[in-house]
Amino acid sequence: MKQQYDIVIVGGGPAGLAAAVAAYDSGAKDVLILERDEQLGGILNQCIHNGFGLHTFKEELTGPEYADRFIKQVFERKIEYKLNTMVMDISQDRVVTAMNREDGMFQIDAKAVILAMGCRERPRGALNIPGYRPAGIFSAGTAQRLVNIEGYMPGKEVVILGSGDIGLIMARRMTLEGAKVKLVAELMPYSGGLKRNIVQCLDDFGIPLRLSHTVVDIEGKEHITAVTIAEVGADRRPIKGTEERYTCDTLLLSCGLIPENELSTAAGVQLSPVTGGPVVNESLETNIPGVFACGNVLHVHDLVDYVSEEAAKAGETAARFVRGEIAADGGREIALKAESGVRYTVPVTVHPDRVADKVTVRFRVGDVYKDAFVSVYFDGERVQHKKKRVIAPGEMEQIVLTRKQLDENPDLKTITVKIEDN
Amino acid sequence: MYDIIIIGAGVVGCAVARELTKYHARVLVIEKNEDVCSGTSKANSAIVHSGYDAKNGTLMAKFNVLGNRMMGDVCKELDVPFDRIGSLTVCDDEALLPELEKLRERGERNGVEGLRVLNREELLELEPHIADGIVGALYAPTAGIVCPFKLTIAFAENAAVNGAEFLFDTEVKKVYSEDGVWRVATDSQEFTASAVVNAAGVYSDVFNNMVSQRKLHITPRRGDYILLDRSAGGYVKHTIFQLPTKLGKGVLVTPTVHGNTIVGPTAFDIEDKEATATTAEGLDSVIAKSAMSVKGLPVRQVITAFAGLRAHEDGHEFVLGEPDDAPGFFNCAGVESPGLTAAPAIGVHIAGLIKEKLGLQENESFVAERKDILDPKKLSIEERNELIKREPAYGTIVCRCESVTEGEILDAIRRPVGARSLDGVKRRTRAGMGRCQAGFCSPKVMEILRRELGVDLTEVTKSGGGSYIVNARTKDGE
Repeated sequence: MKQQYDIVIVGGGPAGLAAAVAAYDSGAKDVLILERDEQLGGILNQCIHNGFGLHTFKEELTGPEYADRFIKQVFERKIEYKLNTMVMDISQDRVVTAMNREDGMFQIDAKAVILAMGCRERPRGALNIPGYRPAGIFSAGTAQRLVNIEGYMPGKEVVILGSGDIGLIMARRMTLEGAKVKLVAELMPYSGGLKRNIVQCLDDFGIPLRLSHTVVDIEGKEHITAVTIAEVGADRRPIKGTEERYTCDTLLLSCGLIPENELSTAAGVQLSPVTGGPVVNESLETNIPGVFACGNVLHVHDLVDYVSEEAAKAGETAARFVRGEIAADGGREIALKAESGVRYTVPVTVHPDRVADKVTVRFRVGDVYKDAFVSVYFDGERVQHKKKRVIAPGEMEQIVLTRKQLDENPDLKTITVKIEDN
Repeated sequence: MYDIIIIGAGVVGCAVARELTKYHARVLVIEKNEDVCSGTSKANSAIVHSGYDAKNGTLMAKFNVLGNRMMGDVCKELDVPFDRIGSLTVCDDEALLPELEKLRERGERNGVEGLRVLNREELLELEPHIADGIVGALYAPTAGIVCPFKLTIAFAENAAVNGAEFLFDTEVKKVYSEDGVWRVATDSQEFTASAVVNAAGVYSDVFNNMVSQRKLHITPRRGDYILLDRSAGGYVKHTIFQLPTKLGKGVLVTPTVHGNTIVGPTAFDIEDKEATATTAEGLDSVIAKSAMSVKGLPVRQVITAFAGLRAHEDGHEFVLGEPDDAPGFFNCAGVESPGLTAAPAIGVHIAGLIKEKLGLQENESFVAERKDILDPKKLSIEERNELIKREPAYGTIVCRCESVTEGEILDAIRRPVGARSLDGVKRRTRAGMGRCQAGFCSPKVMEILRRELGVDLTEVTKSGGGSYIVNARTKDGE
């Protein structure tokens, strides 16, 4: 087998697929996708609900249908891929070590590497929920796989902790399968999921969402039999006397997603403590030249459409890197800062010389804001002030910077994104 | 008719079983859970104590020091991860420094070698993250860390290879002696034997009290722990104990043989012998107390919390051997800390007593060595590729967090006393023990178990009994 590729893409989910197609279309024909699962498409394969692709294709698709659009494009371009293949290591000089049953363990020299490994769910252990450790506790995505791929139900009486999108989707899915979903408890005073999912998955089925509530005890020695939930105060600690006990045979957890960056860390990629994803520049390039990142491994997205868009950008810039069009010295560098309510920005630096026409800056906020403004400052000067009816942590926001704008401000050092009341 | 029936397949029961197979004897181990290492043995600090702590002249002191000395050879023979990293018992009060000297003297009288009292500077060289208030420590170089699952499993596997039988999911209801024969009635059938070993952990008082007037009383003493991700590994390099103060015993912070960091335990005396639920109070106190000895411990990188029950006998002493009114009934009761350390020595001691009692003959065909499940991570790329060519299952990663291959999981299921549940696979291979805590691999491991055990997916369990994972087909799946 070939031991050198221009671009190796780690992960064949929505990010990896879109990156591969864009890299190919930008002139990099020598691309290899390494996918650990038995099919391309990643987690979309178990997302059998609809609502995907409204932005990209202007129609509502299911997860597998959305993935299929990109898989077809990969096939049409005859882009190479390997399934059931786990990447074991990525070195600083972009040697990718991977393994599967047929090829054994092998190494590939890549001119560029695109990280597209996605994310994982925060497990129970990381949440410090006291109580027993019986069967019947699942992260929502694991339950989704059991129900949608394996065709088995974990139980009939369900409590869900966390109002992340997968939890909301599973509330509906389990209900449609005949289970009784008793409630969704959310630690924060707001939901971590999309508004449309709260309406379509909870409200439409009469499933209560209890904000500022958490699970304080789990009962059941072999299998879960009940949980106790309690209200939490502003310090997010349970308030004594507010406990309520719910019998259940299933507890689903949808308490946040964590970009899966073990390979990146081992390669020396610098991570953001806020997103858990790599720190990248306008080209979605990490601190290691030629190593790019996109999708949920970079920061957790709300909609797959934005993953595809971002990944296409990574694919395109990786192709330019391979052609030597992205100089190691990017020239003038502008820092991006997240302030007052903005938790982070992706990217965190911009080299105007490397920006073709525009750069999309994505971010999330740390609280719910109503009738507030998204403001952009070029050093001290406010250059953008856009009113929004609602800005919520569950939804990703973005601003667009144009090359023209950047060129018109040759002394610009820092771009600050913030939320302002007026 | 068996020669010996052992009640309980924890580390002590399995150590006794293995030692007994060095003789010609029919040995049966009866365990109420679905696997070995399902009680106290699975939830503890995973450390090998040096032996300075136990009072002079006690069985605890004797078997601690003996077990510590044996541990290296036993773990080598049975291919169990063990590392003699040394322990540090730290003290944050100048006034209490003489206590460290007293512990050193006590340890020396117990036969512990190499004990030294260190000042703060010497301590900082060994452990840079030691808390600011610490003024000195007792260093015990012979202390170590071991994998308690692997040690128990290895004893059991080796015992099974040498002829011991294991019966799981079987609860002993009654033990009595009739016409000089011991009768052990379970929830399924009754067995007879010439000798009975009571290695029932927190239940060891129940069985003793069925046959002897020398009553025992075991209090399950719950200990809550938190386990930190391997990314926080190496934060401490030794087992760090806290010198007990008026405020209590403190908690330990220690690396595990797998590179995680463990913090705990609390000590709550409870009634329910199965109550392994953690409490918020317990977990909070573990974290708070750890700061007394170690500063800046990355406690946010917790991947799981658990609680174990120590079998605390009222006399706080191991109860080993026959009560005078129940000949042929051998207690291994009250085996709390340093029980894991002492287990190999208790095994030899109890097997020796039984050999004398029953006049057992040596088993010349005893196989002492046991190989653990092959860890492909320890192979070179070339060796690994040869392995994958021979056994393609070693080319498929099932648990991505701990890089566990399908080959290892199949080995865990197929070997003697093999895994039959998700937890059984986890304890043998670490699949599911990593940072995602089985989120990704559990459906895959379930499928492998289903295939290998020839059962329906609804019959695959987390840990036997009623711990099913899925219980019905979906509407489409029917």
